[in-house]
Amino acid sequence: MNANSSADTLIQIVTPEGKRTPQSEYSDAIADVTIDTVRELYEDLVVVRRIDAEATALQRQGELGLWAPLLGQEAAQVGSARALHSEDFVFASYREHGVAYCRGVDPTEMLRFWRGSTQSGWNPYDYNMTTPAIIVGSQGLHATGYGLGMKFDGAEGAVITYFGDGATSQGDISEALGFAASFSAPVVFFCQNNQWAISAPVSVQTHITIAERGRGFGVPALRVDGNDVLAVLAATRIALARAREGSGPTLIEALTYRMGPHTTSDDPTRYRSAAVDDEWKRKDPIERIRLLLERAGGVDEEFETRVRDRADTTAAQLRAGCLGTIEPSPMSLFDHVYAEPHSLISEEREHYSSYLAGFEGARS
Amino acid sequence: MTATLAAPRTLPIAPRTLPLGKALNAGLRRAMDEDPKVILLGEDIGKLGGVFRITEGLQKDFGPNRVIDTPLAESGIIGMAVGLAIRGYRPVCEIQFDGFIYPAFDQIVSQVAKLHYRTSGNVKMPITIRVPYGGGIGAVEHHSESPEGYFAQTAGLRVVSCSNAADANTMIRQAIASDDPVLFFEPKRRYWQKGEVDVTASLDDAYPLHKARVVRAGTDATIVTYGPLVTTALQAADIAAEEGHSIEIIDLRSLSPLDMDTVNASVRKTGRLVVTHEAATFLGIGAEVAARVQEHCFFSLEAPVLRVCGFSTPYPPAKLEEHFLPDADRILDAVDRALAFGQT
Repeated sequence: MNANSSADTLIQIVTPEGKRTPQSEYSDAIADVTIDTVRELYEDLVVVRRIDAEATALQRQGELGLWAPLLGQEAAQVGSARALHSEDFVFASYREHGVAYCRGVDPTEMLRFWRGSTQSGWNPYDYNMTTPAIIVGSQGLHATGYGLGMKFDGAEGAVITYFGDGATSQGDISEALGFAASFSAPVVFFCQNNQWAISAPVSVQTHITIAERGRGFGVPALRVDGNDVLAVLAATRIALARAREGSGPTLIEALTYRMGPHTTSDDPTRYRSAAVDDEWKRKDPIERIRLLLERAGGVDEEFETRVRDRADTTAAQLRAGCLGTIEPSPMSLFDHVYAEPHSLISEEREHYSSYLAGFEGARS
Repeated sequence: MTATLAAPRTLPIAPRTLPLGKALNAGLRRAMDEDPKVILLGEDIGKLGGVFRITEGLQKDFGPNRVIDTPLAESGIIGMAVGLAIRGYRPVCEIQFDGFIYPAFDQIVSQVAKLHYRTSGNVKMPITIRVPYGGGIGAVEHHSESPEGYFAQTAGLRVVSCSNAADANTMIRQAIASDDPVLFFEPKRRYWQKGEVDVTASLDDAYPLHKARVVRAGTDATIVTYGPLVTTALQAADIAAEEGHSIEIIDLRSLSPLDMDTVNASVRKTGRLVVTHEAATFLGIGAEVAARVQEHCFFSLEAPVLRVCGFSTPYPPAKLEEHFLPDADRILDAVDRALAFGQT
């Protein structure tokens, strides 16, 4: 694979109608995927969609300050995340709840950030995955630095970084692609092109495909149907293999669609037509796998019950975890600003502590 | 691919008198010798040894994987350092000139400064960002700025500035050893100023990184400063001594945190304070020092706290910088006003 390959071809293995397409070049990368594996992927997709729906509901009920829904992007996230090994490191943006789920992050931990109870929900080293990066594109450079460190260490794994189509307009993503190419860093740049950067369509960001941009940096690129979980799995495996064997970075453009708002504060009806939304509904990432499974005789009552129970249980745990969050104490405001003592923080901590102590015993 | 890290090498017997720039070079070398996770990155720091030659010879001795010539992109340098730090490295970044740091501002204040807090202490950011700063070398625009105030105001960052060769050698090692990110401001017009340096000293015995130092004792007034103006303030104090005034000079060394204990003790003794720095007066370090001194030393003050700093203009063309930069005369003018206050 070189910088000129594949960027113009859309990799698709399962059509929206649930039929396998004869693209053996990429099917080879998932030759080990059995009907049982597809059933597991389907289960992931359903559970991730359910996590998203439950979190959106919790935001509407006032339990979360904000949520960034991933509705429609489940296959792009699950397909890429299921290609990862545990030693690989993920540098995410703020919408990768599906990736976090596949990395084993407890859904409750995902919510604490959005609830405003903590700056981040988990220890990145526990899951080899960073917590939400709000500054768009910054994480691409972090991934490149981490990847370079892995290379220096002679480590086994690779790095993947997630960002959206809007982030490709940021200098940091261009710098990251340039640096990663220069140092042959083992990084997979995974762009979920969901067509919208809040209200700006992707045509405002770029006049060529995002995959084509890889060519300018000497970074090979793959363009994949992001609503096709098998195609995404295949493309990401190919890119990760390149990284692991020391052949450097790959850019993947996963074409998908953000079926909901940018965040729960956004109103997409102001800037896009229902007709386009409907067109993408017909390309739903979950529906096509269900059709594929039905065609293959992979859906029976036991399977349906299993998937439903898993989704129900996860949603119930998520809700209970959210409502049961132990909120931070006022003095934790001053924790972890620095790793070592800092006199200004100590001074303010002491002052505020004695100020608060003045209220103790006051009439409530 | 497995990169081999250069094996520790024996330290050369360095001369005891070194220019500040060479003292920094020796400090960097020592830090790299002692910890294989210390890794340098920046523009032109390899074969060239940096435009000021501060990294001279280091790539030759430690290899291109430990002294990395990067593409020309400041946000990229700092952002990549963040990733290296997450991986367990201790990156030392060189920003070629003060005025070039702004493209990296976002990565520094939004990522480097906040990741430790954001991750509840799970991710450490032991990154040192070296910035040759300040004027006085007759450079063109964007090459003579003093942006330290922006960073001192950002929680999560430590900001220091050395003023002499001995401190330069020790402080750079302390900054690299710190588990916190440190903005390390180097007074570029003092790179060639020589001083006594013990390059074999242990950090265990070193003067604390965040403690200010009384560099000249006095009784009539205090001058608080840092970086390139410490030398200028000492010149002013010499002249004042000829006129019979005893001036105490404090080198802050650390701008975040500020060592106000040392400043307050001096002001309680002298009753008069002049703060001087090259950065703009408005909302500068001097404003913070003045505010804190009036809070803690109100009854000791015999005169208002005065500031002698850069004007609220962009850094001017080189032919005008002698007017922009506080010199001994402008500092003495303020000292005289402080001494004369209330004595009509």
